Amino acid sequence: MKSTALKVENISKSYLIGKISSGTLSRDIESKLTNWFSKKSDEDILNKNEKVWSLKDINFELKQGEALGIIGKNGAGKSTLLKILSRVTTPTKGNIYGTGRIASLLEVGTGFHPELSGRENIFLNGAILGMKKHEIKRNFDEIVDFSGVEKYIDTPVKRYSSGMYVRLAFAVAAHLESEILIVDEVLAVGDADFQKKCLGKMGSISKGQGRTVLFVSHNMQSIQSLCSKALLLNKGKMQGFGAVPEMISKYLQNNEIFIPLNERTDRKGDGKVKVISVHFIDAKTNQFTNNFYVGMDLIIEIELASIQFNLNHHLEISLGISDQFGTRITLISNKVSGQNLNPFPNGNWSQKIHINKLPLVMGKYFFTVFISSNGNVHDWIIDAFPIMIESDKYYGELVHTLPTGQGNIYTDFQFI
Amino acid sequence: MLKTAKQDWVIKSKSNWLNIDFISAWEYKDLFILFIKRDFVAFYKQTILGPLWFFLQPIITMFVFAFVFGKIGNISTNNLPKPLFYLPGIICWNYFAECILKNSTVFRDNANLFSKVYFPRIILPMSIVFSSMVRFFIQQFLFVIILIIYSFNGFKTHINATILLLPVLLILMAALGQGIGLIISSLTTKYRDLALLVNFGVQLLMFSTTVAYPLSAAPQNFKFWIALNPMTTILETFRYSFLGQGQFSVSALIYTSILTLVIFLLGIILFSKVEKDFIDTI
Repeated sequence: MKSTALKVENISKSYLIGKISSGTLSRDIESKLTNWFSKKSDEDILNKNEKVWSLKDINFELKQGEALGIIGKNGAGKSTLLKILSRVTTPTKGNIYGTGRIASLLEVGTGFHPELSGRENIFLNGAILGMKKHEIKRNFDEIVDFSGVEKYIDTPVKRYSSGMYVRLAFAVAAHLESEILIVDEVLAVGDADFQKKCLGKMGSISKGQGRTVLFVSHNMQSIQSLCSKALLLNKGKMQGFGAVPEMISKYLQNNEIFIPLNERTDRKGDGKVKVISVHFIDAKTNQFTNNFYVGMDLIIEIELASIQFNLNHHLEISLGISDQFGTRITLISNKVSGQNLNPFPNGNWSQKIHINKLPLVMGKYFFTVFISSNGNVHDWIIDAFPIMIESDKYYGELVHTLPTGQGNIYTDFQFI
Repeated sequence: MLKTAKQDWVIKSKSNWLNIDFISAWEYKDLFILFIKRDFVAFYKQTILGPLWFFLQPIITMFVFAFVFGKIGNISTNNLPKPLFYLPGIICWNYFAECILKNSTVFRDNANLFSKVYFPRIILPMSIVFSSMVRFFIQQFLFVIILIIYSFNGFKTHINATILLLPVLLILMAALGQGIGLIISSLTTKYRDLALLVNFGVQLLMFSTTVAYPLSAAPQNFKFWIALNPMTTILETFRYSFLGQGQFSVSALIYTSILTLVIFLLGIILFSKVEKDFIDTI
């Protein structure tokens, strides 16, 4: 049984919104005096201000060597929790107990001084992050090696390119020797190669070296590959704590504030052809469905309405698919496939699209609808509707997920 | 609850009136030294003349003082050669003023650092006092050289036993500058208007003590008020120990020490109150 590394008990944090201070000394003294004479207690003054809880009653416990992913929407309280754990700010209520040294990485390169050389900054930054001088000395060669800037190690960092700067900064942080490491989404820096290197390093820290890691990210893939547990925050409250896949699907579900198409006010286009609604049909059962899984045969049915549309014009219907980070994955369009659509009357009609073996990896995707003819946009709805694709069964019944960082599209291949 | 034997540290919501953990601050002594080094190295790396500035600044000020106060104002220097009279005052005041000014902006200057990473906050203002001390020592060295040159040319130095008080004087100046600076910096996180006052105030304060004139030259009815300024005792004792001129009194030194201690503690307490959640108000 591994020992507890970190125990968080009823952690809450509130901010006062309203007039805490007028900002100038004289007016503050004045209001303090009036409060005294009118015999109001400090409590009354506090009550007049609005108290906002950015974190409320957070409880969890981590064993040594566990890696916790903290997920939640922006404003869910992730950063506040990290700040409290890193001792940058204090909790309003609650206690945190811990064993071992704790180091936090809320930013890479904190305290770097532009005038100092790379070498000097390694020592300064390392010490700021809580390393002892002899620890930095011991790891110095490895840090320089990892960063790949050995040629410029005695150059002031102000002459570094931003890439070199970030690499050096992360290299220092990656060699922290604390038992508990807190990492914010600092990995979202540098080029793809370096990001991969960072993720690998993070993995070896938590898995290989048996250190406890707390990791905040919006990237569900890195959470999934790095973490053994997840904490889901929503509006400052704990929505769940437990197994990673469970928490991620919970997060993706409640992430949904889906506006129905007819209530969307940000549609573009002249409206001569408009999307009324979109349905999904499982091609195997020929039933409407809202469950999507990798490798399924899917039919998308788009209901449309056209008014005053010149039927001689060639209509183009496109569906753009983006992942949850807004990256466009692919485009389904009759213009791409070179198909002309069947003639249709003015009024309501529907168009079906058949997708063979849905090749997208598990996750959430957004469909953007685009309808045009002869260069005129009729209807254009960005991220019109989301779908959640579950369970990886692309290559038969064997469940084989693509490894992290290896893309998000399956290829229909066979080894022959 | 964890077993008490296993648990290394606790983050608590409530804190005492003085929550500076000096033991964990000691753990960060490497960082403390690196901060001092950074301040010093970064200062001369950015300049063309480099460390030469440490000498130029007091010498130029000395000439200006000698011209304005000595020649035009005809203010006595207790029969001392003008450079020997003005230099110690300028050097000490520079150090004191720098401690105040740099400490008074410690939260503002390091807001980013403070919002991203934890270390015992107190080591940052402490490091300021010590990195400024390096400059003080270099300038002090300049003063001693000039003193030696003068004594070769027949000036009698009158160095006496009070010279042993020099470390005490230095500590008093450091603590006083630190205390005042921390009080200002703690208040300026909430009240910005104080920050505007600091530069101006420190300049004015210089004239309320014996930097540019000896205490003996002050009008009788003002002497009491001038002596109230703790820097007066420090400056007078400093001059007395090297030059034998100035007023040295044990009671004034005790008064100054007590006042300094009070201001220093007040500064530390205010700082410890503000540092724990100033990030939320910035």
